[in-house]
Amino acid sequence: MEKFTIVQSRAIPLAIENIDTDQIIPARFLKATDRKGFGNNVFRDWRFDKEGNLNVGFALNNPQYSGEILVTGHNFGCGSSREHAAWAIGDYGFKVVVSSFFADIFKGNALNNGILPVEVSPVFLKQLLDAIIANPEVEIKVDLNAQTITLLESGDSESFEINEYKKTCLLNGYDDIDYLLNQKEKIEQFEEQNC
Amino acid sequence: MGKTLFDKVWDKHVVDNIPNGPQILYIDKHLIHEVTSPQAFSVLEERNIPLLRPQQVVATADHNTPTVNQHLPIKDMLSRNQLAQLTKNCTKNNIELYGLGHENNGIIHVIAPELGITQPGMTMVCGDSHTSTHGAFGTIAFGIGTSQVAQVFASQCLLLDKPKSMRIMVSGNLQNGVLAKDVVLYIISKLGTDVGTGHFIEFAGDVFENMTMEGRMTVCNMSIEMGARGGMIAPDQTTYDYIKGRDFAPKGEVFNKKVVDWNTLKTDVDAVFDTEYNFDATDIAPMITYGTNPGMGIKISENIPESSNESFEKSLAYMGFKKGESLIGKEINYVFLGSCTNSRIEDFRVAANYIKGKQKASNINAWLVPGSQRVAKQIKEEGLGKIFLAAGFELRQPGCSACLAMNDDKIPEGEYCVSTSNRNFEGRQGQGAKTLLASPLIAAATAVEGKIIEITKYLN
Repeated sequence: MEKFTIVQSRAIPLAIENIDTDQIIPARFLKATDRKGFGNNVFRDWRFDKEGNLNVGFALNNPQYSGEILVTGHNFGCGSSREHAAWAIGDYGFKVVVSSFFADIFKGNALNNGILPVEVSPVFLKQLLDAIIANPEVEIKVDLNAQTITLLESGDSESFEINEYKKTCLLNGYDDIDYLLNQKEKIEQFEEQNC
Repeated sequence: MGKTLFDKVWDKHVVDNIPNGPQILYIDKHLIHEVTSPQAFSVLEERNIPLLRPQQVVATADHNTPTVNQHLPIKDMLSRNQLAQLTKNCTKNNIELYGLGHENNGIIHVIAPELGITQPGMTMVCGDSHTSTHGAFGTIAFGIGTSQVAQVFASQCLLLDKPKSMRIMVSGNLQNGVLAKDVVLYIISKLGTDVGTGHFIEFAGDVFENMTMEGRMTVCNMSIEMGARGGMIAPDQTTYDYIKGRDFAPKGEVFNKKVVDWNTLKTDVDAVFDTEYNFDATDIAPMITYGTNPGMGIKISENIPESSNESFEKSLAYMGFKKGESLIGKEINYVFLGSCTNSRIEDFRVAANYIKGKQKASNINAWLVPGSQRVAKQIKEEGLGKIFLAAGFELRQPGCSACLAMNDDKIPEGEYCVSTSNRNFEGRQGQGAKTLLASPLIAAATAVEGKIIEITKYLN
């Protein structure tokens, strides 16, 4: 996994609540057996109409908006456990997703793929969305080590929570398998006593 | 302070605590299917890691399988390849696979309980959010992502922070025609789709105590629709009677000893939950959803609520419904009876009982999809198949089918579908399809009438 330290970029606003994983990547695209290429179909049915024409009104298609940060509404990533949703978001080029609330499984999947879910207060979320919509060139800085997210234009900033263990993993590019494989002795001992 | 049912099972599976970090949780059973496992097997190959405990893994093909002509080669190349990959991976890693056509094949959350694989006090995971279903047995069961599937393959463990606890009590007697599905849709409509996030839910009270195992599975199945990783119900005699005699259930004296153990899996009187909710069973009525998340549900006799929230309005616009209107009398052309929520024998009994002596409405396309080969067999043996056939319905072969529309079972664009599945998200059942979630009884009534009816009037 790639190391994550600081991301500074413009952002794409997607002010919709309860965005579920079926919207992030519809089930018909889950037939692949590898992890690549899902970005082409991220938010597929919002980005394109049935004939495959670009839906120009959708934020990801608006040429004014760009960047590695996706700013979204409350309860992002609810629904299925498909990690394809995190793969699609990462493959499209996002490194950070900002919301006032994340669904559990999506949050874990994002972290396991080096994508940082940043949970902010509803007030700060609105401030971010308003700022991006008012000026799409505004940049946002996310500093994992300091656990802060800053709107560079105004300097307004908020700190965010992250599990210490996960933070270390992201900063160093480690994943859980590395850790668990090192625990083999303890796991076997547990099995002997309990199974 | 006493322990909750959840605490008792969780604490027994903690291998170790990482200082300032998550816990290492041991996983007893790992269920896999064709869609979320291939990339996890690739991780093992790329990193040259052996699969640690193949005998604790059970595989099925369900998400991406056709529900007609299962004996023929699958037409769709990608689907065929995904199933071939599963077979290859299972053979290579010595994993038991109940593939297409096998007598034990079916939806993973239907087959594991019916085979007696699911037992109280276990930890179970699967790369599928509806793994919460197995909580009906007093099991800690939850959906995981593919990276975690690989972690369990490699270590039989996961790194997790212990979730918070929530208890949802429903007390009193349910009214006529109110099924387990109505109970859970009612709860979600009251609490919303995010209330359970970060929690494990225990469902308690007479309503769940009096429920069959299949009803309990329907309830726990939809815990994830409240945002909870899982839901649980304390095991009792109903649980033990269900498990006893099943293929992988403990036998004889071993079973009796297990029951003694399982009997300890009850929340202590002095245990404290982080959050508690209480509901009165008599307030619950047959439910239906009108929007694009499972929390947007009403009693079938009620009108769609008023709200000026932007996401709410977007949702109603997608569904083609207006604020304040009633759904009674809405013409419906599609009905889906199936999914890991409602595709067990009791669901088909409910439907057959309503349909018997009636005819399918001429405008209706009904897809009746049993959850497993065994359910399909039982439908036949109990004579339910004949009832469906006489009424103009056709039974399909087992699989996830139109619940997520990965295979060819897609509801056409713009069409409404009354569905016994678990998600009414935009496009969930096919691009542009509009899903209304309901119980098997409502689905059967809709299939006969060709429109939504006020079922309670017919029942009383």
